[in-house]
Amino acid sequence: MNRTARTTLFWCAALAIALCYGISCGHLPGFGGSFHPYADRAVPAALAHRTANAVASVNFDQRGFDTLGEEFILFTAVLGAAMVLRRARDEHTVSPRPGRVLPTVRLAGTVLLPVALVTGVYVIAHGQLTPGGGFQGGVALATGLHVAYLAADYRVLRNVRPRTVLDLADAMAAGAFAALGLAGLAWGSAYLENVLPWGVQGQIVSGGTVPLLNAAVGVEVGSALVVLLAAFLDQALEIETG
Amino acid sequence: MTPVGLLVDLTVLLVAAVATVAVRTHDPVRQAVVLSQLGLLLALLFTFLQAPDVALSQLAVGTVVTPLLIMLTVRKIRRQTGSATGGGRRGRGGNR
Repeated sequence: MNRTARTTLFWCAALAIALCYGISCGHLPGFGGSFHPYADRAVPAALAHRTANAVASVNFDQRGFDTLGEEFILFTAVLGAAMVLRRARDEHTVSPRPGRVLPTVRLAGTVLLPVALVTGVYVIAHGQLTPGGGFQGGVALATGLHVAYLAADYRVLRNVRPRTVLDLADAMAAGAFAALGLAGLAWGSAYLENVLPWGVQGQIVSGGTVPLLNAAVGVEVGSALVVLLAAFLDQALEIETG
Repeated sequence: MTPVGLLVDLTVLLVAAVATVAVRTHDPVRQAVVLSQLGLLLALLFTFLQAPDVALSQLAVGTVVTPLLIMLTVRKIRRQTGSATGGGRRGRGGNR
């Protein structure tokens, strides 16, 4: 395909998308208005299952199957990245030189690391009550762990992140989400149906399967991100060609 | 106009400005820093739009993880081209 044909194709597609987008934007309810057909159904459904955080109820209860798909997108993406970035036959590892760290940075890191980890666990555990959940808490856990790299050096980070364990945890947590869906088939009528007792709204044990699915996603996202960053860090710091 | 509406409008303008700067920045390292600031602004915007769940994800992924991955990739490429050509040449972002 030559340049003129490509440009023509682009402008045709761009025009079609602009037209459809423009027409559909005209039919959207006004911003900040009082017409919320989806919220009017989703929020009562969330409250019926005693899930205070309606977003978590949509993600893990009403639309749990979508989240399963998203979880496996992340899983396969990390799997692919780790495979592409693994040490090839013509590469060897060098041990990275420890850099100089300011005492204040080291102190801030020592204080910040446990706080970040506790925050991550808190956000995962309270996903059914307050904003956040498995994904957000998992990302906080994974990035919080890398404070060890900023405050100390790469060898310390390698010690606080056992990569084999995290590889296993990543796969097992992804499988746990799918397996929890099977419980819906066994004791309910549909895949990923909320079959556990719903509990008391506002308490940490509430929302039925939502906290369990949140925990699975938290472990999966946390370990997946650590594995992903580990693959990138290894390539940038340790692996050399030749 | 409500104070929140004003904040939303202000943040949308800031996001548009910083996003334009990100597109106009050609050096990948500088671009990563601008992207990180853009992620922070987007997280603010989502908070003002009452979507704290999305804001939390944006804060972690857009502000920390994505710029970090870009920086690490650039570092790897520079180290490789540096050792292949005896240092000096800096990789400038491939096909822009």
